[in-house]
Amino acid sequence: MSVLVYIEHSEGKVKKTSLEAVAFAKALANQTSEGEVTALALGTISSDELALVGGAGASKVLHASDSKLNDGVIQAHSTAVAQAFKSVGAKTLVLAKSSLGDAVAARLSIKLKAGLVSNVVELPKTDSGYSVKRSIYTGKAFAESLVTTENKILAIKKNAIDLKLDDSKAAVEEFVVTLSESDFASKITATERATGEVLLPEADIVVSGGRGMKGPENWGMLEEMAKILGAATGCSKPVSDIGWRPHHEHVGQTGVKVAPTLYIAVGISGAIQHLAGVNSSKCIVVINKDPEAPFFKAADYGIVGDAFEVIPKLNEALKAEL
Amino acid sequence: MKILVCITHVPDTTSKIQFTADNTKFDTTGVQFIIGPYDDYALARAVELRDQTGGTLTVLNVGEAETEPTLRKALAIGADEAIRVNANPKDSFFVASQIAHYAKEGGYDLILMGRESIDFNGGMVHGMVGELLNMPSFSPVMKLEVEGTNVKMAREIEGGKEMLEATLPLIAGCQEPIAEWKIPNMRGIMSARTKPLNVVEAVSNETQAEVSRYEMPPAKGSVKLVDKDNVAELVRLLKNEAKVL
Ligand SMILES: Cc1cc2nc3c(=O)[nH]c(=O)nc-3n(C[C@H](O)[C@H](O)[C@H](O)COP(=O)(O)OP(=O)(O)OC[C@H]3O[C@@H](n4cnc5c(N)ncnc54)[C@H](O)[C@@H]3O)c2cc1C
Ligand SMILES: Nc1ncnc2c1ncn2[C@@H]1O[C@H](COP(=O)(O)O)[C@@H](O)[C@H]1O
Repeated sequence: MSVLVYIEHSEGKVKKTSLEAVAFAKALANQTSEGEVTALALGTISSDELALVGGAGASKVLHASDSKLNDGVIQAHSTAVAQAFKSVGAKTLVLAKSSLGDAVAARLSIKLKAGLVSNVVELPKTDSGYSVKRSIYTGKAFAESLVTTENKILAIKKNAIDLKLDDSKAAVEEFVVTLSESDFASKITATERATGEVLLPEADIVVSGGRGMKGPENWGMLEEMAKILGAATGCSKPVSDIGWRPHHEHVGQTGVKVAPTLYIAVGISGAIQHLAGVNSSKCIVVINKDPEAPFFKAADYGIVGDAFEVIPKLNEALKAEL
Repeated sequence: MKILVCITHVPDTTSKIQFTADNTKFDTTGVQFIIGPYDDYALARAVELRDQTGGTLTVLNVGEAETEPTLRKALAIGADEAIRVNANPKDSFFVASQIAHYAKEGGYDLILMGRESIDFNGGMVHGMVGELLNMPSFSPVMKLEVEGTNVKMAREIEGGKEMLEATLPLIAGCQEPIAEWKIPNMRGIMSARTKPLNVVEAVSNETQAEVSRYEMPPAKGSVKLVDKDNVAELVRLLKNEAKVL
């Protein structure tokens, strides 16, 4: 018996959110005596990189290296995970919430007759029943869900657990999956992805700009700050609506929900729909020229001032300290 | 083409979220309910497709009688008929089972939903229905074009998007910029009163993960302001006090 973790990778590296899922699974397995943690990776990636997943708590990594799985074809990935779940005799599947992970988890919950809880924020309470705490109303509240099925799927939210990596190496084994043509009924014809940048949904620090930045030509100073901090850049909805920034940078209720340790908002008013996307951040810094901007009520630190004066100075101060 | 759009009836995005004293129910006092914003994108795209290709557009909600004004609004925006599955939407599996049953009965070519509901934010119902009906499901879809039975889509992925091709029937969980939200006009509002709104019963009672309790996050402390002429102080605070640098 073991807890299975579906891990994702990009640009040759296992995603940090997937490592968190492994650490979560390990803590869960210890609590419920479910034995070991087995991770499953799909598509081309090096065995050396996969072995490092041991550092987060997996004893074994199953690797379905078939290059047909390189693209995240939802049905093919669901089929592969279901086969691994049965093969290791798992009762619980853990995965990180993501664009692909969510889609795969939903299909698997039917395939595996497994109760599914998404946006999980902490380890389940398993002493009587199986109660899982998750974030709802876009981070404005929590709910405890009582899972009544034998098989279970937990899609965890970023920062649900503190990730500590050690030097342990996991054993990597080839895993052969049987895929049929119907698994590939849909085709991915092209992918456009920012490479080399820190990805917004996974970033530890986010520097975000709003309409107060006045125009796309002024983003240079925010990009500079992001570079100094190793941060991702984000924006408010009107900024991506007018086309100052790409759509995938739009943060909020109808955009990306971020959960960084530090969120820096510059020239964003702090409308409730924007806050809905950032309220899981550990620390929020707001820079706005209007002392009455609602964002200050949700902030930990703030500067009342003109972004065009404050940001260049702040960039200098950051460079000096870091 | 027969299109089904599944809509949620959810608190307006500006609502204050509160629960009743024993933390077991959402407190609806003073709350305005709307069509889920993502469902509204799905509906807007469905109206465009129906107008473009002909056929019918049905909206469906799993909910109790209080959701009917929300279904009427969808009719005013342009749906031809509405179905209300008369039941409390107990969990995603329960909702997906109802949708799958009535979708099969209706034989729809295209089923559009929102990327996620804004109350429970699962982003799961479309995938579950897809597996129950053995249809491909895609989410979050930001572009969807239909030509005959071929469908071209763009799906958002971390840091970008992927282009997809598939064939009908299929299910998509939608988000912007798939279409612009539509506001009902006077003629729409008038005609919505006489369009059919059929109430049907739940086909199964099975659930897998019902909510037992709600909880509010701890209250936030007040902001610490730093003078704009002393930005180095902010860097020190972030480093030494908040320990986030
Ligand atoms: C259903 C729905 C969903 C929505 N979803 C989202 C969402 O997901 N994300 C989102 O962001 N919004 C969303 N919105 C929109 C939201 O309500 C706000 O309109 C939006 O967040 C405002 O963006 P903003 O703060 O950039 O612009 P504004 O409200 O125009 O604020 C600009 C701010 O910049 C400040 N400023 C101006 N000049 C300077 C300067 N030189 N230096 C410093 N500060 C300056 C101003 O004081 C002001 O506070 C949604 C709305 C609805 C109805
Ligand atoms: N009670 C419901 N009635 C009809 N459709 C629903 C219901 N709940 C969820 N959906 C649809 O499923 C999508 C995803 O919901 P969720 O999985 O709850 O985030 C929503 O955007 C709706 O399109």
